[in-house]
Amino acid sequence: MSRGLLGLLGGVALLVAASFWSLDLQWRQFLSADSMARMGRFLAEMAVPASDAAFLRRLAVATAETLAMSAVGTVLAALAGAALALLASREPALGVAGRQWARVPTRLLLNVLRSIPELVWAALLLISAGLGPFAGTLALALHTTGVLGRLFAETIENAPDGAAMALRVRGVPRGRVFLYATLPQTLPQLMSYTLYRWENNIRAAAILGVVGGGGLGQMLSFHMGLFHMAETGAILMAMIALVALVDLLSWWARRVMGR
Amino acid sequence: MNSRSTAAVSGQAGLSPALRDPAWTGRVFWALAALLLMAPALVAVEFKPWVLVEPDNLRITARFVGDFFPPAMSADFLKLVAVEIWRTVAIATAGMALALLLALPLTLLSCSAISVSSLSGRMHPLALALRQAVRWLLIVLRSVPELIWALVFVRVVGLGPTAGVLAIALTYAGMLGKVYGEILESGDPAPTTALLRNGSGRLQAFFYGLMPTNGAELTSYTVYRWECAIRSSTVLGFVGAGGLGQQMDTSMKMFNGGEVATMLLAFVLLVALADRVSSRLRKALG
Repeated sequence: MSRGLLGLLGGVALLVAASFWSLDLQWRQFLSADSMARMGRFLAEMAVPASDAAFLRRLAVATAETLAMSAVGTVLAALAGAALALLASREPALGVAGRQWARVPTRLLLNVLRSIPELVWAALLLISAGLGPFAGTLALALHTTGVLGRLFAETIENAPDGAAMALRVRGVPRGRVFLYATLPQTLPQLMSYTLYRWENNIRAAAILGVVGGGGLGQMLSFHMGLFHMAETGAILMAMIALVALVDLLSWWARRVMGR
Repeated sequence: MNSRSTAAVSGQAGLSPALRDPAWTGRVFWALAALLLMAPALVAVEFKPWVLVEPDNLRITARFVGDFFPPAMSADFLKLVAVEIWRTVAIATAGMALALLLALPLTLLSCSAISVSSLSGRMHPLALALRQAVRWLLIVLRSVPELIWALVFVRVVGLGPTAGVLAIALTYAGMLGKVYGEILESGDPAPTTALLRNGSGRLQAFFYGLMPTNGAELTSYTVYRWECAIRSSTVLGFVGAGGLGQQMDTSMKMFNGGEVATMLLAFVLLVALADRVSSRLRKALG
């Protein structure tokens, strides 16, 4: 074993030990008969999910709301991401876009948008958009704009420039070169990134509501806060089913498209 | 794009030839169709952007965002933020350590690369059933988001880092177990089967057959997941599981823009640092 590897292992061991030592972890309380009993009771109540018609209708509405949040958030992000990507990319076909003064701040903006998680955005947006699905949708849109903006910018930069060049040498203005050469060439890639982020956003939308951003999550935190375990169980099942369905669909879509 | 394309396209007849779009009917149709499809979704999410610019909301937002500058920089507060950053990292690290402890035995149980019975024909039905059962357990563990686990554990053990550590441990055990299994099964099976055929035990085959060939990839994935755990342990704080997120949540509820700004900055730096460390480590692993 080399000394570097030994040092690395030692460092990791030290980090883990320091972590456990410095956190006031309440294992005794977690493993106590009392909390085990509480956990058991929660699980037992959850195992019989609520199934009255009125509740199921609300559950269906919340599921639809979750899906709508993810879809609207992704579409908004794709539009904003495309606009920012034009500014952030080094595509010479575009007037402003090729310039440093637009590119650097736009990249910084995209980085900030991306590095703050959806849930933190949702908590921040509650202040201006209020409780409800609108805050969640905007939160998804902001984070996804950061992600898609960067991916789009890279796609535009890496697009083959033969067609764009052909139009440019004939004197076609830059905006139209993008619309008729670069965009059609990159569109499939942009679509596939967008669909991939939509899949991610469905998962994120399901839990965003926990901080008040609407959808299944908001319903979950409401019922869990009141210890309605039967309802909680049903909502959890809806969430897991939704995520599993999305996984299945995306696996299937990838297989179909891969052929 | 010159004057030869004089054929007037209906609806665009007034435009100069250079502005005519041969595919405009299709574009208009798809734009309208997309709007029609989006309309119910916009209603469902209560899409009312004008809420953002209502005078009351605007005033509160402006005050909150105005508070961002300057960020809170008092020595006491910075010390608090430093402690919370460490706790965030510690929650992620402790959670990962537990996840690893859980995932390793589950991987050994579910991995078909060290199956003895499948050396000669098909896997024994009992072994197959056990492996499938463990795989289902892994699916259940990772299909519940860590935030939901944290909500449940906060109800059981109370507010604080214990819930965060447990939540990360369970979800990440599911993810690690699944990906470890995939890595081990996609590698070259020859050394392992050679060991097993010559009478080595499963554990020996694992340590001397699978680990030398797949060890770097396994470690690299684990480091990547640790980086993800740091991000998610911050988010877990918002439901009361300790760390930077919990502090951020408190400051947001008190509309303290300056503190929020400092913590957002700290969070962005932390994530960037973890990203740098993790990619350096992974590069070193090859």
